[in-house]
This record gives sequence, structure tokens and C-alpha cells, in this order.
Amino acid sequence: MPDTESKIRINHDNNTIQEEGLNFILSPYDEYGVEEALRLREAKGGKVTVVSVGSEEAIVILKKCLAMGADEAILIKDDEAETYDSLRVSKIIAQAVKEKFTDFNLLLFGKQSVGADNGQVPTMVAEFLSLPQVNVVTKLEIEGNTGTAHREIEGALEKFEFSLPAVISAQKGLNEPRYETLKGIMAAKKKEIPVLTLNDLDIGEDELKPQLEIVKMEGPAPREAGKIIEGEPAEAAQKLVELLRKEAKII
Amino acid sequence: MILVYIEVREGKVKKSSLEALSEGGRRAKDLNTEVNAVFVGHNLDSLATEVFPYGASKVYILDNSLLRHYSAESYAQALVNLTEEIKPDVLFFSASAMGKDLAPRVAAKLGVSLASDCTKTAAKDGKLEVTRPVFAGKALATVTFKSKPQMATLRPNVFPLIEPASEKGEVIKKEVAIPEEQIKGKAVEVIREEGSELDVTEAEIVVSGGRGMKGPENYALLRELTAILPQSAVGASRSAVDAGWIDHQHQVGQTGKTVSPNLYLAFGISGAIQHLAGMSSSKWIVAVNKDPEAPIFKVADYGIVADLFQVIPHLKEELKKVLSE
Repeated sequence: MPDTESKIRINHDNNTIQEEGLNFILSPYDEYGVEEALRLREAKGGKVTVVSVGSEEAIVILKKCLAMGADEAILIKDDEAETYDSLRVSKIIAQAVKEKFTDFNLLLFGKQSVGADNGQVPTMVAEFLSLPQVNVVTKLEIEGNTGTAHREIEGALEKFEFSLPAVISAQKGLNEPRYETLKGIMAAKKKEIPVLTLNDLDIGEDELKPQLEIVKMEGPAPREAGKIIEGEPAEAAQKLVELLRKEAKII
Repeated sequence: MILVYIEVREGKVKKSSLEALSEGGRRAKDLNTEVNAVFVGHNLDSLATEVFPYGASKVYILDNSLLRHYSAESYAQALVNLTEEIKPDVLFFSASAMGKDLAPRVAAKLGVSLASDCTKTAAKDGKLEVTRPVFAGKALATVTFKSKPQMATLRPNVFPLIEPASEKGEVIKKEVAIPEEQIKGKAVEVIREEGSELDVTEAEIVVSGGRGMKGPENYALLRELTAILPQSAVGASRSAVDAGWIDHQHQVGQTGKTVSPNLYLAFGISGAIQHLAGMSSSKWIVAVNKDPEAPIFKVADYGIVADLFQVIPHLKEELKKVLSE
């Protein structure tokens, strides 16, 4: 995904965003997911595999995950343009899990991408694999074949109990992701990242056709700068309240 | 027919579900059809009548004692059973925490796509067209659906409630069969801190503080304002959250929450692009910042270039005066 400080420009002729000049990073929510996986491995053993679906540019991002400490990384190559349709990528991930990772305990995701902003993939994958899900998780505990998690809801937390295997999506607050070490970066350089195609996963294009059609992409309605209220703090505060009452009519 | 899922939290109908129902009613009018509501849970009969004033022709209640505890697995199964039976053209959810958790499970079970967190809906050529922010509002995508039901979650606080009418309609209660072994995860408890505040996504007024707040102790000043202002909540910028001054539940911006309150008050927030992305759809924006060059002033309707610590006490007094009138 593009760095959160990026400005987004739109190609109006084909309803895409201009990728040129954008700095692509590991999504911050995915980073919490990777960190949680590493912590669980450190506490309980096991193996951490990171998977990305997308173009070969994602290899740099997968290398970062390896440098953080993941055991292996796999790229599933899919060059389909963004349609903001989560069904496609969810089907691909679910199929990859069925074909390649039959023996797993947890599937960790970020709670959403920072781009399409759908937040649908973890749940759709959970459904396709008949697994329980807990989304937007800020606390996770695993004990044997069961787990408890706290997820954020409006102004409160909701405690979930679930059996493994399960799907968890990470929210900020779950942990503090580690930085890669020099040793980790060197080790990651040496690791091969296998690239799978949709053919390798035995999944056909007709199953994956997007069911959403983008009609239009546009920038947000520009906001015009308003008034600067002059005067000493006391006077400015009084004028502001007056404007909020009489002009904006909101208090 | 348009079907709207009505969420119940702690025995109450969620306002954002009524907003989705109101919007469903407007689109139903355009599409010459009716809007219906659906509840999922246990012993919700008494709540059904609460939604008729917001335009529902029929109210479905999907009941089973196992549905006392929220679980996307069981709730989705109940909704899919009904959807397959009554075949709605459109299915709306609020983009609340529950709506965002449940709707993708329903969509995946039905094998259809879902548009998340929409801020606009329209009817075009007999079909639904929705607009949703992407890249946290740095761009807007308008999409249509190739599959049915056309499914969308609607952002809270964006769609106006209709004027409640004294309408009555039909209540259809269905016992749903849910195999217990199918529920592998469920909510067992809501943990609400004592004196906990309204969520920023649900507040009508957000009082937000950034780096200029100088430290965690000064958020008490903002809480003094939210104590006076009705339906208000405290927000924060990423830098304040990352500094550990306030919990990330309060963070507004691209890696926090996206809000669209009636009024957004930004104190000591410079206006980094990722913050602006999360609050630019607020109806009115006020910025107080010492730096006249701060980008926040470019989006603010009203700006005060001053030290926030000098402004807040006066603002508090003025608001008290006006609100007590």
C-alpha cells in the first residue's frame, strides 16, 4: 500500500490511481499481524509464513517481513488491477491455504488495507474456510486449541472466545512491532521467495471475476479555507461561539 | 425490495441502523419498491415496533436462543437463510463495528461482492450506485454491482434520519435453525470502562487534540469541553497517540478512525495529510493553532491563530453561557 503520507492522484481515463512516485510500504495493520505471529511463535513454537497476493513489487515487502523474523514468505502473483472488490483476493487466499497450508493454527491479517479500506478479506477468508473470526483485535491470548481476543467496538471492547484454527485481524494497540535487525536483513536477503501463479493454485479466472464495477474515481470535494477569527483569545472565543450558533447553527 | 439489518446492542436499536433504514427508504422510493428491516437475536420482539416509524414496511425477526451471543458465523447464516427466501435486491448494513464484521461473512456465503463504508447511495437505471471513500477519503470510488443482492455497509453519522412517522407494519418472526457446532467463535462480554465516553465515530461533536496539547494531562481540558457539549467525544492525532498521551481508540486519521461529525474542533493539530483524510468530511471544522501556516487552516471553516491554552478557558465560559440559555 502507499505510504500514509502520500498524496493520491487519479487517472480519470481508466479510474485508477497513479502509482508513479508513490512509496509502497508494509501496511501498518499487517505489521501488527506479523508482529503478533512472531510473538506467538516465540512463546509457543511453530512457524510463521507470510503470504502476499499481488505484483512482484510486493517481494520487497515480504523481505521486510522475513527481516522481522518470519520463517518463510510466498508471493501469489496476481496482476489484476484494483477493483476494490475483496471477493477475488479472499478466494485466492482461501484457495492457497487449502492447497498449500493445510496444517495451520492461525491466519493473521491487518484489520484492513490502507487503500481499498474494505476490511472484508479476513472475514471472507474465514467464511470460505469455515473458520471463526475475530476482527479489529487489540488483545490476543491462545491456550491450547482455544483463544480469547478483545476487539474494538464503539466506545468499548468485545471479548470473544473461539476455537483454533481461526482468523484474527489486527488493530493498532495489539502490540508494538519490532524493527528489523541487521542480522535479520542479511538473513532475509539469502532467502528465496517462491512465486505461485493462479494456475499453481488450480483456480480459474471465471471464479474470480469482479462483481463490482468502478463507474467513477474522483478526488474528495475540496474544502475551502474559511475565516480566520481575529482578536485576543477572549474575543476570538466569543466570536467563534457566535458564528457556531448563528452561521453554522450547530450549537 | 431493500432489506436493512437492524443492529441491537445492549438491548437498544443502534441509531446508525436507523440511518441505514432511512437511506434504504429513500432508495426504495426511487426504485419503486419497499424497504424492510431484519433483526437477528433472541427475544427482540418488543424492539420491532421501533423501526416502523423509520419507514420499514415489514420487520423480520430471526430468533434462536443461540443468537443471544453475537457471532458472525451464526448471524450470517440466519441472514443468508432469509435472503435466499425473500431475495432482496439490496441489502444494507450500518458500517458499525458489528456491521463491518458481519456483512462480509454474509457476502461471502452468498458469493457476492460488498461495498464497504459508503457515504452516498443513488439509484440509476433501476440499480444501486454507491460512493465510498478509498485511501481514507483521499479519493472516492463510485461503484455498481454485477451481482444480487447489491450489498453495502453505510458509514454512521452520514445519512440523515427520516422524520419518524406513526406508521405500523407487519412483523414476521422466524425461528432459525443454527447447529451449535457451527458456532466456533462468539462474543461473551462487552467490556466498557466506567465513565467511558462516546465513540468518535458516533459523536456529533469531536473535540480533538494533537501535538500542541503538550502532554497527556492536558486532555482534561478537552474533556471539560466534551462535558459541556452534547453528544461529543474526545479525538486525537496520530502523533499524540504515538506519544502515549491518549489511547488509540481516540485516534482520527488514516490509521485511526474516519469521522464525519457536525462539528470537529481541532486543538494543536497541524493537519498532516493522514489526519485530514480522517476528518475532512466533517460538516464544520474549527482549528485553533499557534502556527498560522498549519495546513489544518486550509480545511477549517473557522480558524483562531493563538495558543490553545489561552483559548480553551474562554471558549468553555462562552459555551457554558450559550448552552445554558
